[in-house]
Amino acid sequence: MGLTDKDRRLITAIGKGLPLVPEPYAEIGRQIGMTGDEVIRSLERMLDAGLIKRLGIVVRHHELGYRSNAMVVWNIPDNEVAEVGRRVSAFGFVTLCYQRPRRLPDWPYNLFCMVHGRERVRVLEQVEHLAEACGLEGVERDVLFSARRFKQRGATYCLKSTESAA
Amino acid sequence: MRGGKTGEVRLDDTDRRIINTYQGGFPVSPEPFKDAARALGLEEEDFMERIRRMLDQGILTRFGPMYHAEKLGGGLTLAAIKVPEDRFEEVNTIVNALPEVAHNYAREHALNMWFVLATETPEGIAEAIERIEVATGLPVYNMPKKKEFFIGLRFEA
Repeated sequence: MGLTDKDRRLITAIGKGLPLVPEPYAEIGRQIGMTGDEVIRSLERMLDAGLIKRLGIVVRHHELGYRSNAMVVWNIPDNEVAEVGRRVSAFGFVTLCYQRPRRLPDWPYNLFCMVHGRERVRVLEQVEHLAEACGLEGVERDVLFSARRFKQRGATYCLKSTESAA
Repeated sequence: MRGGKTGEVRLDDTDRRIINTYQGGFPVSPEPFKDAARALGLEEEDFMERIRRMLDQGILTRFGPMYHAEKLGGGLTLAAIKVPEDRFEEVNTIVNALPEVAHNYAREHALNMWFVLATETPEGIAEAIERIEVATGLPVYNMPKKKEFFIGLRFEA
């Protein structure tokens, strides 16, 4: 979908969060020169078009007790990766799943999934379960636990329609 | 950032229901908090107060939209660096200073620093990577997604 200037102003205005007031869309509208109805229609269009993937709570998983965060990576033949990705992503403990390019020779893996768990040993059990259930026991894989988190701000967007990307 | 915080936070059953219900699907209506609260049998003011408290406690990163960066015309990628152990802090400081770095994790692997870059334009990714390579003298492994597989579940509280 094409974005209007109003859409862009709205994207920037709510990027860091909705105001916690009874009529947040009308409130945002007042700040950027739109009516509450215009804000609602713009949001509905962006949700329908998938520009907004979801609207609501963004959790900080570490603080929810998900202390072990593992990036589980697999070297899947290219002609099978779409099917394997679909199967892997159906497991509840897989919170993200992407096909990405290999970076040979250092990095042979092309399927990436995130597994979050409250304990490391449990995460490893889940990875084992995943491999068995998807017939991936013989597949080259690695599990990269996070040692430390340095930054988690989530992507925020500040779209300036008048400014070129110099 | 509140990243270093390790204290346990206490959530009651109502907080958990809110978290498990509204990681998406928050109403787009004139009085969305009232509608969202009513669906869980709660009062609007109670719902808003709980969101406010969980934001203050750092349980929630934010309450609002999760954008699709590429569809908005932006760039997004996952990248990694093999950082020599004795340079880790120095390189970490350089990488975290870039506003394009959305998150950054140390991981147990030869490729030991993994970060997400989010930029206003697709071209911004290459520029950010070049800046990191110049500033650190280390090659950046760029691994943009080729395909995203749909995930239904979010985090269960």
